[in-house]
This record gives sequence, C-alpha cells and structure tokens, in this order.
Amino acid sequence: MIASLPDRKGPLSEVHVVEFGGYGAGPAVGKSLAEHGAEVIRVESMLRLDGFRTNYPPYTGNVPGVERAAMFAITNDNKLSVSLNLKSDKGRELAIRLIERAEVVVENFTPGAMDRLGLGHDAMVARNPKLVTLSTCNQGRTGPQAKRAGFGSHLTSLSGFTELTGWPDRQPSLLWGPYIDYIAVAYGAVAVLAGLEQVRRTGAGCHIDLSQYETGVQFMAPALVRYFANGEVMDRQGNRDENAVPHGVFPCVGEQRWCAISIHDDAEWSRFASEVGEPWAKEPEFTTVGGRREKEDRLEELIATWTSTQLRETLVERMRRAGVHSAPVNDMGDLYCDPQLTFRNSFQRVDHPVMGMHAVPGPPYILPESPGKVTHGAPMVGQHNEAVLCGILGLSNAEFEELEKSDVLE
Amino acid sequence: MAGSVEQNSAPLSGLRALDLTGELGWLLGRILADVGVEVQKLDPPGGDPGRNLAPVIEGPAGTISAAWVAYNMGKSRLDLDLGTSEGRERFLDLASEVDFVLESEEPGILDSFGIGWDELHKRNPALILTSVTPYGQDGPLAGTPASDIELMSAGGAVWLTGDADRPPVRMTLPQSVCWAGSYAAVGTMIAYHHRQMTGQGQHVDMAAQAGLLPALVHAPSFFDLLGENPLRAGGYLVGRNINGAAMRNIWPCRDGYVTWAIYGGAAGRQSNRGMVEWMDDNGMAPESLKNMDWSTFDVATVTLAEVSEMESAIAAFLETVTKAEFLEQADVRRMLGYVVSTAADIAVDDQLAAREVWSEEFVPELGETLRFPDGWLRIDGLRQGVASPVSGGEQ
Repeated sequence: MIASLPDRKGPLSEVHVVEFGGYGAGPAVGKSLAEHGAEVIRVESMLRLDGFRTNYPPYTGNVPGVERAAMFAITNDNKLSVSLNLKSDKGRELAIRLIERAEVVVENFTPGAMDRLGLGHDAMVARNPKLVTLSTCNQGRTGPQAKRAGFGSHLTSLSGFTELTGWPDRQPSLLWGPYIDYIAVAYGAVAVLAGLEQVRRTGAGCHIDLSQYETGVQFMAPALVRYFANGEVMDRQGNRDENAVPHGVFPCVGEQRWCAISIHDDAEWSRFASEVGEPWAKEPEFTTVGGRREKEDRLEELIATWTSTQLRETLVERMRRAGVHSAPVNDMGDLYCDPQLTFRNSFQRVDHPVMGMHAVPGPPYILPESPGKVTHGAPMVGQHNEAVLCGILGLSNAEFEELEKSDVLE
Repeated sequence: MAGSVEQNSAPLSGLRALDLTGELGWLLGRILADVGVEVQKLDPPGGDPGRNLAPVIEGPAGTISAAWVAYNMGKSRLDLDLGTSEGRERFLDLASEVDFVLESEEPGILDSFGIGWDELHKRNPALILTSVTPYGQDGPLAGTPASDIELMSAGGAVWLTGDADRPPVRMTLPQSVCWAGSYAAVGTMIAYHHRQMTGQGQHVDMAAQAGLLPALVHAPSFFDLLGENPLRAGGYLVGRNINGAAMRNIWPCRDGYVTWAIYGGAAGRQSNRGMVEWMDDNGMAPESLKNMDWSTFDVATVTLAEVSEMESAIAAFLETVTKAEFLEQADVRRMLGYVVSTAADIAVDDQLAAREVWSEEFVPELGETLRFPDGWLRIDGLRQGVASPVSGGEQ
C-alpha cells in the first residue's frame, strides 16, 4: 500500500525541498519550510543514521530506538522520508531525479561530501538551473577551519556564549544542547527564502554557504563591537544587568520554583517597594539607582528572603499588577501549560506510529493569513519510499519491487 | 575582490521597509537589510532612546549603545514625530509605498494612533506589517511588559542554565531580542512568499517568549515523553546518557577554559583516543585510560562513577595546557572540541578573518570608524553585507 502523501497548503506549497544530512542546523530549516506548506523529502539511510535518531535521549519509554527519539521527532515533523543508499549508483541516480524536480536542496554534510557523491550544487544546477542549495556547516565551506568537524554544543563555546553564562566567581555554565544550531536555522531559512526570490528575479539558481559560527557571531555583536571600540572584554555577571537593579532570579515556595524580577528605574522601585510593604523596602538608600547598585548584594538577599515565603504564581501576578517587571522561571513542564504559549498553540500535538501522541514546537510567529501547522509527525526511515519513488518519480511497481530486493533502499 | 559590496545583487534589493522598532525588533530590520531590503529607521524627536541602552561604547565624539549600533547598521534614518497628526500622515504616506513596516510597540498602540494594521492594510493591501512584542498581539499576557530576564525565564531558557547550588541564570548578554528578531525575519520572509502568491500582505505576530522555544531544542521533550525536568548542571552536559550521567564539557586550562567531552560514535572514539594519546605523550595518562577499549565504549550507557574517574585525570592534564595549544592539538589529533572564547579571542579568529566577516563603518555618534560583524551570507561565493569588509590582511 502506498502511504498517501499529505495535502500541503500554504505560501510555500509550490516549493519542493530535498534534504541531506542530519542533526539540527539543516533539517530544522526544512522543518520551518514544511510547516508552511513546502514538500520536504528527507534522503536518509539505515547505513548512516541521523545522529538525532541515535545519540540524543529522550526516547519514548526511555528505550533507545531509531523511531523513538524526540530530538528527531521535533526537528522533522511534516516531512517525507526516502531511504537511499548514496553509495550505490542507483541510489545516487534517484537522489538526482529528486533534485531535478526540486526548488531547494538543504544539506549539512562536511564541505565537499555532496560533490564527491556527485550531488554538489555545481553539478545539480547544470541539470536544474533554478536550484537553490543551502549548504550549512560549522564554520563555512572556505577558510582554514572549513574542514574542522565539531558539535554544536562546542561551537556555542567557540562563539562566545558560554563565557558569558554563569557566575563571575565560578567557571562558565553550558547552554542547553546545540544552542548555536538554532541560530543558524533562522538565518538559513531567511537565506533560502531570499534565494528563492533571487531565482524568481534572475531565473538563475544559487548556492548559499552558511557558517553556523558566523550566525552565532551576529547574536554576540554587542559584546564584539564593545571590544573593537573600547577593548572591553565582557564577562558573565550571574543575573545582574547594567540597565536594571535589582535584576535577578529569586526563590519561591516549593522545590526549584523561581521567579524573575527586574527594576528598571526609580519609579518602578517605588511601585515594588509599596507592594512589598516590608520595613527594608522603605529604606531611603534603595530609592535611587546608585543606592541600590551600591548595596546590591544585601538587596538581593532581602528580596530572596521575602520571595521565598510566597507562591510563584501569586507573586508574579502581584508584581505585574503593580507594574513591576516579573515572570515565572518556567520549567519544562510549565511550558506546556503556560497560558500564553497555550493560547498561541506553540506546542502542537501529533501522532506517530511508534511514539504515539507527542508535542512538537510549531512556528514561533503567527501568520494569520497563512498559518503554519504541524500536520503530521516525523517520518520513519524510508516510510515514503513507495509514495515518493512511484507516486512522484513515476517508477513502476516492478521497478520498485526490484529496488526493494537490492541494497539501494537500505 | 575585497572591498566590494555587492549591494545591487542582493536577493531582496528594491524592496523597502520602515523600521519603528525598539530593542526587541532591531535585529529583524538588520537581517532584512542583510538580504538587500532598503530599511529606513524612523526615530522620534530627540532620537531613539535606545541609543543610551547600556553597555555604551565611547568614541571621540560621544557614546552610543553597543546593541543599538550593532543591530541598526545598514539602515538609513529619518526623524518623524508620530505624536503629531502631520507626522502620522507622513508615516501613512511613506507606508503606502513600502513593502514592510516593522514595529515593537505594545499591542494596540499603533491602532490608537490611527496607524495600526487596519489603516495600513486599507492604504497598502500588499504591505506586510511585522510586530515583535514580548508575548504577542493577543492572549492572556499580551501587553505585559518584559525585559530580557523575564523573557528568558518565561521562555524556559533560564531554567536550563547555571550551577545547581545557586539560582538559575540568564546569559549576561541579552539573547531574547536576537531570537525574537531573527525568527521574526523568517516569519516576515514567509509572509513575503504568501504575498508573491496572492498579492496580499498580512500582520505577522512574533512573540519573543515563543521565539525562545527553538533555543531549548529537546529539553521540553524530556517532560513530554518522560515527565522529567532536566536540571541545570553548570559546565556539565546532561541528557545524553540513560543513567543520568552528566558529562563534563567545560575544563579550566592555563589561560581560560576549553570545551571537550567524552563522546561516543566513530568520531567520538577518535576524539577520546586523541586526548588519551596527548596525555600519554606528556606522561599524564593513567593506565586505566590507556587500557580503555574505546571501540566498545558507549556514552549512552556508561555509569557516573566510570565517567568521574576518567574525567578527573583529564581535568588534571588540561590545567597544564593553554587555549592555543588545545586548539592546535585538537586539530592534529582529531579531538572534538574548541576553546571557550571571549570577545577578544573571537576578534582575532583566523577563520572569521579569512571569511571577511568583519565590516567597518563610520559612526557619527562616535566620530570614528567601528568594526562590527557583518558578512554571514555568502551566495555563489560572494560575501554579502551592509558595509565593506575589512580584508583578512588587515587583522
């Protein structure tokens, strides 16, 4: 039985994407396009599985498995999967036929790998002159470090983020996961969508060379211009800030319940102080920025003592009503019931043959006239072989059965 | 040729945007400028108050906010007083001729001035209005003010970082503005493709809180699948091991920190082996590490005790090396790791210089030329950017 191809609607419904590679930075670009209607065909293989299928807990039921990994599921929703052994001639030929009918290729192999497979942009654009190829890797396709392999979590440190996270008297703290990959995802999606517009204007395809490092550096820009202008090297300051005082994360009643509070001017302090109502809040030295800055250690202790007897939700609500900046430090469970994220349908639930119902984060932006949707869960390896090879490329049943017996669809 | 800016070949050249945003939206307009949109920033009388946002940088002619200058590069500027009816009429005239309007006011503010979505759409049906706000245009928290620490907290990022024995922390450099701006640019580009299909603009609603979900990657899934809440673990990486073992990722060295971890997989095994060989060459590899059979080592199932024993020997060794030595040996021995860079390290990075990432532009507020990160987009080998690159040789 041919698995049916999902109906696609939306502004990108005329865009066909073929995706090679794994992990985050390439495939999450495909996800962004697929959620607004693009047809995204993942070319993968049991011979070289995506690391997001194999190396990253959590797995459904805490049991590792190729079709059980959340990391893959949340990065590849709305896509089709074709398993092609790219080491076989026939596998490469089928990949080329998919690329010939595509508008976009997204790949994040190490630089040069697509060329060696005969699938590089120059070879493909000769067959498909309007093709946009996005190549994304750690540090770009050129330059002395182009060939250097590395993980996104480490690249996050090379790009300066880690050094700026944590306490000044302690070693730096890691950010969660491959933080920088998802910076490159936003820039990569913009680049592909801009590339498609360039094709519309010029009729000529193009090759985008995206370095994850360089996109990370954009998020570091204020620290870098500060260094270039004045030679100042920014460092981590715990939760403190140069614009607001106090500015921190404070404990509330319960295990690991925290809230953020920040005071941005003297008027906001006075609103905060009346809401607190304690004698310390009325001390004159705290009424000015300078006074609060000078006694910041003591002030933080007083606030923490005060907040630690209060329920987080009640406290945040009181602060907001009083016109004081405040928010809960949402833990991962809190996110799923956060009233605002729920209102925006930020997590969408889809079914999956192995994982069952699970949550997938949808687009963070809302486009009222062309809303993005998580319509179906991530594909299983080769789930759409027949639908794509017969239904889209037009192979006969006999040809398909022959392929299934060979090593081409492994 | 270094020094040439391929402005005319930029993919979106000829399109125009009016940028009314504050801090939360600066990067959105910057990214549109990066891909060729002509972005005009509208400033209130007396100038954008964001110019004073700390930290400020200093030049011979005065000071300017570091974030302001970095994220408003490549935009032209026009003073316009939206507090007057002439100013609002002028704005509506300008908006009727552009492709995008970008704003980050509290929801409803533009409407109350008579220059909101309904009016803009009536005058220019093809216009795309992108609003970047803390929580979005609608819903229970719409209109609630939030600065970076509230957004990082409500978005789940703060929960995941910091040392276990202290409160969770946010990154000292504000990040929510960057996630909001960059993902708003994606939404704006998708709306542009919708317009190419239908001729119609729309009101793109970007919420900075939701913009942080991509940064959390799979952390929320631990709760969704297993009911677990991954707890911050300082310089250790959690969530890669089914026994809950945390893998050390940050190691003090002689002049700062390096990042490296014991890994699985083929590349990981080579990386582990490379580290032990380097230690051994310096007489610092204990027998237990030298005798490790990396071919059967599985990072997903190793126990906490085994990891701790290996890591203590590695930590003692890495304290004897410099960042530069680590980078050099990582290359030679195929170890997967980098240095934990400061701004000063990034400024002299050979790869960024070779790729012409840095541009220079004269900043009137400073009275001097400022270097800033620019050329992230390369199309057919040509470096794009809002200004001319500093060539590699000038570093």
